[in-house]
Amino acid sequence: MGAGHAHRLYRHGHSPVHALPPHTKLTAVFAFVVVVVSTPREAVWAFALYAALLGTVAYAARVPAGFLLKRLLIEIPFVAFAVLMPFVAQGERVEVLGLSLSVNGLWGAWNVLAKGTLGVAASVLLASTTELRELLLGLQRLKLPPLLVQIASFMIRYGDVITDEMRRMRIARESRGFEAKGVRHWGVLAQSAGALFIRSYERGERVHLAMVSRGYAGSMPVIDEVTASRAQWSYALALPVTALVVCVLGWTL
Amino acid sequence: MHVPDGFINAPVSAAAGAVAAGAVAVSLRGARRELDERTAPLAGLVAAFIFAVQMLNFPVAAGTSGHLLGGALAAILVGPYTGVLCVSVVLLMQGILFADGGLTALGVNITNMAVVTTVVAYAVFRGLVKVLPRKRRSVTVSAFVAALLSVPAAALAFTLFYAVGGTTDVPIGQVLTAMVGVHVLIGIGEAAITALTVGAVIAVRPDLVHGARGLTAPLKLRVNGELVDAPAAEPVAAPATARSPRKILLAGLATSLLLAGVVSFYASASPDGLEKVAADKGIDAKAEEHAAADSPLADYGVEGITNGRLSGGLAGVIGVGVTVVAGTGVFWAVRRRRSGEPPSATSVPDVRENV
Repeated sequence: MGAGHAHRLYRHGHSPVHALPPHTKLTAVFAFVVVVVSTPREAVWAFALYAALLGTVAYAARVPAGFLLKRLLIEIPFVAFAVLMPFVAQGERVEVLGLSLSVNGLWGAWNVLAKGTLGVAASVLLASTTELRELLLGLQRLKLPPLLVQIASFMIRYGDVITDEMRRMRIARESRGFEAKGVRHWGVLAQSAGALFIRSYERGERVHLAMVSRGYAGSMPVIDEVTASRAQWSYALALPVTALVVCVLGWTL
Repeated sequence: MHVPDGFINAPVSAAAGAVAAGAVAVSLRGARRELDERTAPLAGLVAAFIFAVQMLNFPVAAGTSGHLLGGALAAILVGPYTGVLCVSVVLLMQGILFADGGLTALGVNITNMAVVTTVVAYAVFRGLVKVLPRKRRSVTVSAFVAALLSVPAAALAFTLFYAVGGTTDVPIGQVLTAMVGVHVLIGIGEAAITALTVGAVIAVRPDLVHGARGLTAPLKLRVNGELVDAPAAEPVAAPATARSPRKILLAGLATSLLLAGVVSFYASASPDGLEKVAADKGIDAKAEEHAAADSPLADYGVEGITNGRLSGGLAGVIGVGVTVVAGTGVFWAVRRRRSGEPPSATSVPDVRENV
């Protein structure tokens, strides 16, 4: 609780990208990813241009390259899958360094790698320039069902509390000499999980009672409605629109 | 199983998004029935719990470890609607915040991991709980089987999406074998942990286990060293009417599982359900290629005899599970519409109890 109020995924800053209203950023990122996914995989240069576009955004947001690259590591499992693809796919084969690889598989691997990486990079840029609370407000503004937004906000708010509770249980286990080594210890861990569920559920009941006693009747008051000017919208949508031009070029050329 | 962007093509992703949105909308209404106005805080806290428990590592052997996926656990503990909602919210937040799973693939991810796992797990769980004797142990056993089937069912759903809209040329027979094979292994771990966790919760707060409501054992008193039934304060509703359908249900389920699991060992050369679906839906050129060149179950038939038998039978068993779930879902929907005609407040809990 002594730490800052921002989440560790968020990178504090005052860049123009940080200042954009959250729903414009969400729309822009989503549209950008849709455009990227619908680009033909043979247009290799188009993906280079997309990467350059994201690089420009990262530069404008003053997000360092190292930070971005570190967060990209999350897609490693699928990189492994993509590497396997040229070996198992069908179709005509080509000799590369003495290995027989499928041409289709190579294209498929490239397709997943390029589009997946661009998608992850776009989401990472969004998460590192937008505060959690703002993201939720943006989702609400984008007409996500209010109940869903409330559930998400409770999850975000109490996620750290529950995780900390789990950490304290682990410390308690370890300070009593417990060390999970294999399947034999699943029972103990599962009991911890069960206890964690009961604590979470009961905490939820208490939170609800506390809210009711403060006048909650099923919906949260919206205090800070986010709005966006036309200039802000056009600024945010510059990214997907440029990407769309590249995509159309990719289909025609 | 978080699918990244670009793995499934745009039209199928959009269709999956529509399916997921519909499922979430239905769950929002259902969750309000399960939890009324407590929905937001309780579902939020349960989502936080699932999020946290996914970080709890269960060591398997020397250095490797796995973690819980949580769909089956959520369904059994808080009910199917709230379960779908919680897992969907977790996936949404993982996609937006942690870039885990692509934004365009969100529909595919929610359909696979939130809807299919939860619904399959809950249907299997309820079916087994109804069929097995009313004991605490049978709840744990049902939880085990439900979680065990839910994970490969999600893998199967993923393979279906892949067959219709996959962007690569890996033959779908191989994808099916790999996905279902790996996820059966994952499912065993998931099943053990889910069953143990449900057991732990049921030992402390049996009232919190949504799937085991109405299974409270009659109160017994120890009088002079002998267990005597406590005088019933209220007449216990005897499940006499439920007896005969239960038997039929059990027999039917056992027969179809037997047929699917054993008989399909020997009948796998002829085209089957999944291949049919792939061929029917594969209107676009790429999928047509798949369907013609490498039909999944024919694949089993060719190389099947040696090593494909197990996977063929397994696919059959899972297929029965999915079919039972789909059929029951349609049945419920129809019955609810029929019985929903008189809009009275009392009819709603009535229907729910029957379900």
